[in-house]
Amino acid sequence: MHPAWSIIFFTSISGLGLGLSGLIVLGLLDLSRFLHLFVASSAVFGLISAGLLSSTLHLGHPERAWRALSQWRSSWLSREGVLAVLVLASLGCWFAWNFFFGPPPLWCGILILVLIVATVYATSMIYGSLKTVACWHHPLTPVCYLMFSACGGSLAFLSMLALFGQPILGILKDITLALLIGAWTLKYAWWWALDNRGSASSLETATGLGTIGKVRSLMPPHTSENYLQKEMGFVVARRHAIKLRYISIFFGALLPIICVIFNGSSAVLLGMATIFHITGIFVERWLFFAEAKHVVTLYYGDEQLSIAS
Amino acid sequence: MTSLPEPSAIKLGLVIDLDICVGCQACVVNCKEWNTSGYGAPLSDESAYGAQPSGSWLNRVHAFEAGVGEDAKTVHFPKSCLHCEDAPCVTACPTGASFKRAEDGIVLVNEDWCIGCGLCAWSCPYGAREMDPAEGVMKKCTLCVDRIYNENLPEEDRVPACVRTCPTNARHFGDFGDPNSDVSIMVAERGGYDLLPEQGTKPVNKYLPPRPRRKSNDESMSLLAMADAATPKGFWQWMDNTLEKLG
Ligand code: SF4
Ligand code: SF4
Ligand code: SF4
Repeated sequence: MHPAWSIIFFTSISGLGLGLSGLIVLGLLDLSRFLHLFVASSAVFGLISAGLLSSTLHLGHPERAWRALSQWRSSWLSREGVLAVLVLASLGCWFAWNFFFGPPPLWCGILILVLIVATVYATSMIYGSLKTVACWHHPLTPVCYLMFSACGGSLAFLSMLALFGQPILGILKDITLALLIGAWTLKYAWWWALDNRGSASSLETATGLGTIGKVRSLMPPHTSENYLQKEMGFVVARRHAIKLRYISIFFGALLPIICVIFNGSSAVLLGMATIFHITGIFVERWLFFAEAKHVVTLYYGDEQLSIAS
Repeated sequence: MTSLPEPSAIKLGLVIDLDICVGCQACVVNCKEWNTSGYGAPLSDESAYGAQPSGSWLNRVHAFEAGVGEDAKTVHFPKSCLHCEDAPCVTACPTGASFKRAEDGIVLVNEDWCIGCGLCAWSCPYGAREMDPAEGVMKKCTLCVDRIYNENLPEEDRVPACVRTCPTNARHFGDFGDPNSDVSIMVAERGGYDLLPEQGTKPVNKYLPPRPRRKSNDESMSLLAMADAATPKGFWQWMDNTLEKLG
């Protein structure tokens, strides 16, 4: 699948923003000073809305984007939109409550956290629900999205605690480390599935000509690339993909883990860990698209949709 | 509404006969011609002429080779929207622009609502949807909904443009909901099948397989042998004999 920057940016950045807000609403951050409140809310709203805005840039008609809120009964993209709007609105209320009356009750935070988890899940299911892209249509797809959002959120949350001069409990660092290791282990399993799971579809089932024998593409229907090939015909060379997987693990897992273990109380190191992590996630997200093969590519002469080419 | 309607009693669609299609591309061109001036925005091209022509089309004809040796076949393979009963393109659409008509099962895009997100094209396993490069909205086969019910056209023209134009009659239009319709009978007799059945889309359009190659048998003979074997009669027998004597 074509790795569009707007979508890569959208899923990574709003995933980070949602993860961060999920932790902030649990009330561990001291927001009694206006400056803290300002920094935390700007970070959260900045990240989530930058992501959402970039996703609308991908559209042919951004001015009609509001229509995408209407079909939540059937469409994951619509659900994602509705949930993101709900999250932004409830976060707005939560921060306003903080400003006027001090910390809101914990149950409010937990309610918002549930909405946040649902939003990240909906984002992942935009892709995870597509049967046409075999490697996305896997139960680990939403799990990875949720875990990465939690990792990025925890790193950003630790940075913010350090920045505000609050003591960082050892358990928070341990949880962050555990999330990082868990997330990338699951991602590794996802990659393993991508390499080893075949597909039920082949050019024989796509044409129904398998009864005659092996089917080959003889002539494409057009002489230059069309929309389908531009959008769905992109597959990164496997040797590059493997290198990029390791690069993403290096930035997304190894460097942040080293930073946290080395000094999990320094705002600078934790900030760097967050930036390393999101860099790794950008690469991971690029690969998420670039490694994904759409079933329609069969018609254009892919011998077999065994995704391990 | 992008939730799917209850399956309709009338299921309009196409039968494509892979035994007959010669890959002339006439249906491709006539589809483009009709749809660039019909339903919705013109079907635009990014570049219509030159070395790298590109644009949006609703119907494309591939060519495949199947098998090896003397039973191998070259098959021309037209492909347009199959108006699936479980259309994943419809349920994925966030805006309600994509819909399946409850009355006859035709899958359409309301271009005034489409935001051009492209998710429906990602959901379609058959590559039946293409984004319009000028308009930024999704284009797909309309089953020529603006012809088949159009009372301003003479009756013989009230079929899809691709069906009307096909010089070999490889495309047929009809109601698959009616077991006695021409298309249903054709599918039953010739073993019409679904493309990518494992994708679970339940396409309405059906494909008829190429007929098996006629085997040569021992009694057949070459034209030369046939000419030799024929014994002339009457005048020709007389001439044959006379010429024989002369030689
Ligand atoms: S062929 Fe593709 S576009 Fe047409 S109804 Fe089926 S899934 Fe939708
Ligand atoms: S491109 Fe248009 S028709 Fe397709 S899913 Fe998006 S809004 Fe719906
Ligand atoms: S039915 Fe009409 S829109 Fe569909 S492929 Fe045929 S000519 Fe094109």
